[in-house]
Amino acid sequence: MNSWFLVSTVVGSTVLGDLLQSFEMKRHGEIHDFDPRVLPKLLATLARKKFLILGIFFMAISFFAFITLLETADLSFAVPVSAASLVLETILAKLVLKERVDTRRWIGAILVLAGVVLLAQ
Amino acid sequence: MRPDARLKWKTRVFAIIVILSNALGNFFLDRGMRGRVTTTPLEYVTVILTPWVMLGISLLILWLLSRMALLSWADLSYVLPVTSLGYVASALIGRFFLNEHISPQRWAGTLLIVAGTILVGMGTHAGDEL
Repeated sequence: MNSWFLVSTVVGSTVLGDLLQSFEMKRHGEIHDFDPRVLPKLLATLARKKFLILGIFFMAISFFAFITLLETADLSFAVPVSAASLVLETILAKLVLKERVDTRRWIGAILVLAGVVLLAQ
Repeated sequence: MRPDARLKWKTRVFAIIVILSNALGNFFLDRGMRGRVTTTPLEYVTVILTPWVMLGISLLILWLLSRMALLSWADLSYVLPVTSLGYVASALIGRFFLNEHISPQRWAGTLLIVAGTILVGMGTHAGDEL
């Protein structure tokens, strides 16, 4: 399969998966109780959330596209390329999720991206 | 404990669980899968059921759940760079447990990730405390 098609699939589905998960978990609200006896009930509640299921579905697509990419591409290409989602997601966190992304956070995200690129060489 | 101090610690603890479960999960998957050749679906299922791979998958399930919990209160633009410390954890696991060689360039990359993470963690405002 074409590498760039797989790369676009990995990045695109990671971005969609993370945005949907973050949106639905924020809408659910902060989880307070981690008692093992109430966790099954919490999981049952979460399993009924459409955007969350859709988010996990996109993460699964991203995972399988990533391992398919690894069949032909080097890990040192696949990892930095998929880290491009970090910057795209920071932009969308501001535009779509309306998060306040200050200058420090922008610089931090760019430093992390640069670090991932170096690490994966 | 004051509510904001409590949230701060909860965020830290969950960020650490997310980072470690991802790095250790990938490590065990790698250990279990390395060098195996699967040609039939039955062989594939047999590999998945081996102890190392099962341990890896369990840790990745913990990763998914703890990350979802963290996202229920922390910003996505906070969670992403902070959990990238998992790359650093993977590099350290490779260095000390798999005897991989880490080039100066990789150490430089590691330092950039740590620096970026500290910046993101420090530049906080209400609702996304580190």
